[in-house]
Amino acid sequence: MGETMVTTKINGRETRVPIDTTALEAARSIGVEIPTLCYHPALVPYGACRLCLVEVKRPGHGGGRIVTSCTFHIREEGLEIDTHSERAQRDRKLVVELLLARCPNVELLQRLGKDLGIDKPRFTAQKQDENCILCGLCVRVCEELIGQSAISFTGRGPGREVSTPFLEPSEACIGCGACAFVCPTHAIEVQDLLQLRKLDKWGTSLQQRPCVRCGKFFAPEVELEKLSDRLELVKNWLQLCPECRREVAATDWIVGLRASPASPVRRG
Amino acid sequence: MDLTKVDEVVERNGADPSMLIAVLQEVQVEYNFLPKDALRRVACLLNIPPSRVYSVANFYRAFSLVPRGRHLIQICLGTACHVRGSDRILEQIERTLSVRAGGTTADQEFSLETVNCLGACALGPVVVLDGEYHGRMTVSKVESVLKPVRAAAAAANPAGGSAATGAPGQEADK
Ligand code: SF4
Ligand code: FES
Ligand code: FES
Repeated sequence: MGETMVTTKINGRETRVPIDTTALEAARSIGVEIPTLCYHPALVPYGACRLCLVEVKRPGHGGGRIVTSCTFHIREEGLEIDTHSERAQRDRKLVVELLLARCPNVELLQRLGKDLGIDKPRFTAQKQDENCILCGLCVRVCEELIGQSAISFTGRGPGREVSTPFLEPSEACIGCGACAFVCPTHAIEVQDLLQLRKLDKWGTSLQQRPCVRCGKFFAPEVELEKLSDRLELVKNWLQLCPECRREVAATDWIVGLRASPASPVRRG
Repeated sequence: MDLTKVDEVVERNGADPSMLIAVLQEVQVEYNFLPKDALRRVACLLNIPPSRVYSVANFYRAFSLVPRGRHLIQICLGTACHVRGSDRILEQIERTLSVRAGGTTADQEFSLETVNCLGACALGPVVVLDGEYHGRMTVSKVESVLKPVRAAAAAANPAGGSAATGAPGQEADK
């Protein structure tokens, strides 16, 4: 409300968006899909993967400029954005070829490559088993949302990788698995081995809490402690595994319905 | 390990996260490298996650996470120096001191590092010994540049020569 709006043309279609909207958000808001790898709506854009390239033109200012749409903020009137111009597509193709040279066996990249018409990548892969594309989603979710900063980028150039401090099991890791959840290439594995939750990539191995109702181990103790602090949840609630929580909630609800027949939920 | 020096450095610079690099530089001067415990202490005092401190310490060539020798030799392998044969000079230094690039001699006297352009290309090939620039280096000059420091080291420590360690470089180059 009261926001300044700007008009932009996306693939020839005029649209009005609040000033400062990113080109990516603007495009998606009108149903134009731009492929991304390092973007997540819940995290600060990072511009690492370069997949979201688009061509931006200022009418009367000659040829367009290739920018990463996830970090390009629309701040002026009348920009023309072409999400799939010849140049943008050609550059995007190169990006995927380079990513494939790093991670030849990542399915998602193979699929992207196929979509872009890459039959055979021009560059030879050095390693066959690498599956981290260094998008930084895991690092960012751990820092920005979970607030633990258990992992970070280390090294530089070809030596760049995500790791725990001093390559030792991270003391800050609570085993929440958010990193694995956001990782686009499934480079991080979470294992639940009864009473232990393990994230081998970070050397994490944590004691899990058993559900007080069914006895199933369902989440690391430290994670649940953090959660109950952060979300101000009733601690008792976190004594139950998600399935039992659902059952108990459903039972409470049904019992509650019977107790108050004037409930708005009625049949037919 | 005695971490009071870390506390002093932080005291001097202020416990401000934006002072991280300055603090790390001074800590490295105190300990000659960045010991793990010192980095953990810095993280704690500046209120920065250890992962971030590690990441920064790991990023810059100027920081070392492994002990360095008393003397630091840096050889430029930048383009200008490279085309004038700095790789042969590097080999010569490695042979003379029995140490690999990125490593430290067994007697802890010399660390040998490679750098990419020191901004003194006109003088190339360039070797920097303890901060002193030696331009227009040649294979035959290696001996004379190292001699004074080696002689002083030998006088101070008559038992050991500069034997090889094959020590790794930064932890990150694994
Ligand atoms: S591990 Fe996954 S989420 Fe983390 S940087 Fe690599 S690809 Fe991205
Ligand atoms: S999504 Fe924009 S650079 Fe990765
Ligand atoms: S290349 Fe050696 S100083 Fe520039």
